Amino acid sequence: MANFKTVQVETDLLILGGGMASCGAAVEAAYWAKKNNLKVTMVDKAAVDRSGAVAMGLSAINQYVGVKEGDNTIEDYVNYVKQDLMGVARDDLVASIARHVDGSVHLFEKWGLPIWKDEEGAYVHEGRWQLMINGESYKVIVAEAAINHLGTDNIYERIFIVGPIIEDGVLKGAYGFSVRDEEFYIFKARAVFVAMGGAVHVFKPRSTGEGLGRAWYPPWNSGSSACFTLQAGAEMTCQEVRFIPVRFKDAYGPVGAWFLLFKSRATNAFGGEYMVERRPELENWKPYGMVKPIPANLRNWLGMLDVMEGKGPIYMQTAEAIQKIADQFADDPKAYKKKMKELESEAWEDFLDMTISQAILWAASNVQPEEKPSEIAAAEPYFIGSHSGASGAWVSGPEDLAPPEYFWGYENMCTTKGLFAAGDASGASSHKFSSGSHAEGRIAAKSAIRYLVNENPPMPTISDATVEALKEKTLKPLDLFAEHKGFTSQTDVNPNYILPKMYMFRLQKLMDEYAGGVGSQFTTSKMLCDRGLELLGMLKEDAVNLGASDLHELMRCWENVHRSYQAEAHIRTIMFREETRWPGYYFRADFPKIDNDNWLCFVNCIMDPETENWEMVKRDILPMS
Amino acid sequence: MPSFVNVEKCDGCKALDKTACQHICPNDLMVLDKESMKAFNREPDMCWECYNCVKICPTQAVDVRGYADFVPMGASVVPLRSTDSIMWTVKFRSGQVKRFKFPIRTTPEGHAEPNGGWNTDPGLEGPVLFTEPDSLGCDVWTK
Repeated sequence: MANFKTVQVETDLLILGGGMASCGAAVEAAYWAKKNNLKVTMVDKAAVDRSGAVAMGLSAINQYVGVKEGDNTIEDYVNYVKQDLMGVARDDLVASIARHVDGSVHLFEKWGLPIWKDEEGAYVHEGRWQLMINGESYKVIVAEAAINHLGTDNIYERIFIVGPIIEDGVLKGAYGFSVRDEEFYIFKARAVFVAMGGAVHVFKPRSTGEGLGRAWYPPWNSGSSACFTLQAGAEMTCQEVRFIPVRFKDAYGPVGAWFLLFKSRATNAFGGEYMVERRPELENWKPYGMVKPIPANLRNWLGMLDVMEGKGPIYMQTAEAIQKIADQFADDPKAYKKKMKELESEAWEDFLDMTISQAILWAASNVQPEEKPSEIAAAEPYFIGSHSGASGAWVSGPEDLAPPEYFWGYENMCTTKGLFAAGDASGASSHKFSSGSHAEGRIAAKSAIRYLVNENPPMPTISDATVEALKEKTLKPLDLFAEHKGFTSQTDVNPNYILPKMYMFRLQKLMDEYAGGVGSQFTTSKMLCDRGLELLGMLKEDAVNLGASDLHELMRCWENVHRSYQAEAHIRTIMFREETRWPGYYFRADFPKIDNDNWLCFVNCIMDPETENWEMVKRDILPMS
Repeated sequence: MPSFVNVEKCDGCKALDKTACQHICPNDLMVLDKESMKAFNREPDMCWECYNCVKICPTQAVDVRGYADFVPMGASVVPLRSTDSIMWTVKFRSGQVKRFKFPIRTTPEGHAEPNGGWNTDPGLEGPVLFTEPDSLGCDVWTK
């Protein structure tokens, strides 16, 4: 076996991940830990300053309720989310996040995030719930507060977490390795908080050459949260509720500012507006097709119908929108010029803050948005419970809001004792975005500390034999590669191992073709899913033959193992739900209609960590208590 | 190749333990070639073009070239990030140049105070977080 040093760390609360939810957890946990003399440890596979989905920056904060301003109520937000998800959301969880999220935003502002203000000093809204920001350093600022509170001594960067340590059904911590030094890590913990992101590259993306990395959501989010909670035996929810964003084509630049702030229209190639022309189609998706705003997946669906009829490309009418705004200043040439300059700057900042690739693509294509429209398109499927998807762990609601069926002692605790989840790791609480994920991290962290204080669980013991077995399993790809690499004249073609990139391509191909990816117009069926599971089964068997030439590739091996667990949870849940509920996200060809009588419910799944047998269950959708 | 390193400008961060780009890359792509003492992107097709390596490079040696499988050639987007603002120079395929400057933070670097100045000290029981209700500006909502 590769000769790695074993490092053992003992802590009370282990925070896994370093993104928005984990930074929220760290800033909150540090306060309560100091008061209760507890140790909190944070582990990130990258550098906290620029890790997670907000690593590049953002141009907007998508969840701000505006309670203090009297703009909206918590119930307004709950209704909005539930309608957008076609009736499938946990009211208690959405309300729990919504009642705290404004506080996170106010903290961001205090920490130094520039939020746009109008002349009266009020926040500038992009839409009803969205605020405009100068967000290039959003993550740096949020990370700084977390690091300042937790202390750098309690933060481990560049440690990749492979999985949970479970013995006799008890969660004892997590294991992983350094991607910088030859070190194997065991984190023993009395409670674990997980927020290691959603999943990208489970499905084949549209760009498969150099642009493979230009996913809408970052390529380093590899299903680690889902795999961790599944392997810890936690019940999972909404694993079928993937998200497919419609964005500027190819570079995936944001469309929010164009639709909401600039009031732009989207049309097909013939100038037809699918949101108008296809309105009768919405009748088929009652009652959700009838609400305003029209759910995101149905908006996707109407556009997809145009594309399938050969009416593409679909265009964002940028020039028309800008002209319409500028026309208000038509009588005043000086004001007109100033307004045009302002709009140009706002449009470009939208990309430069969060999707710089789109700025490159526009510049490289000589696109001036005020002169001609730009193509938009549906991207590929993503697992992102914090956005308009909903996949994640099934967690307890808060005591004062959750009905008894949704409450088991500590909010945001999974069905595995001592395991807490937030952000993309917790499900059925969509539309929390960056700010809500931060707030949810805070909620979960306080709850975890309360669990430690009230229950006082013992510090787990892990036998040397268990440590050695986990170490051997973790490092096996390095050993396998070292043992066999000399057999062929080139290390990338060898019958004794599979390299992680090819493993990922095998996963992406089967998900694309059988589970409703881009290549099959997001359409699948029981027969296709059956065949997909068969192929996935063989792929997962081959995971023991993954090979890695160095630490970086070792990380890629385990990232792709994590993706396969997310994939399996997805296929099994899509198969179990015998209806089509989110047609713009996926379409069940064998059950093409919504079936509210039988399927207005959550579909949850549990994987037995020992046998890896799966159990599927329906759970009722209940109002707050 | 998404991010790439100009060999004339890169000094390998003067052989410090890790290069700045290696330290910051969220996807563990940037590495130092110990022989040439130049950094490089080891997996260009896993690059998100997040520009963190570009922004952090002390010698401005890292740049980005748009994805070769769909981006026409000839454009560049170059940031210059200071402690409170960022300036972008966008060069079009046509040669046209646009320049934008945006603020990035309103406080001095390193000074984000975790409680934001709100010391409320609620109890451990109940849903009130450690800066609340002051950070909300209203009471924590309940049914």
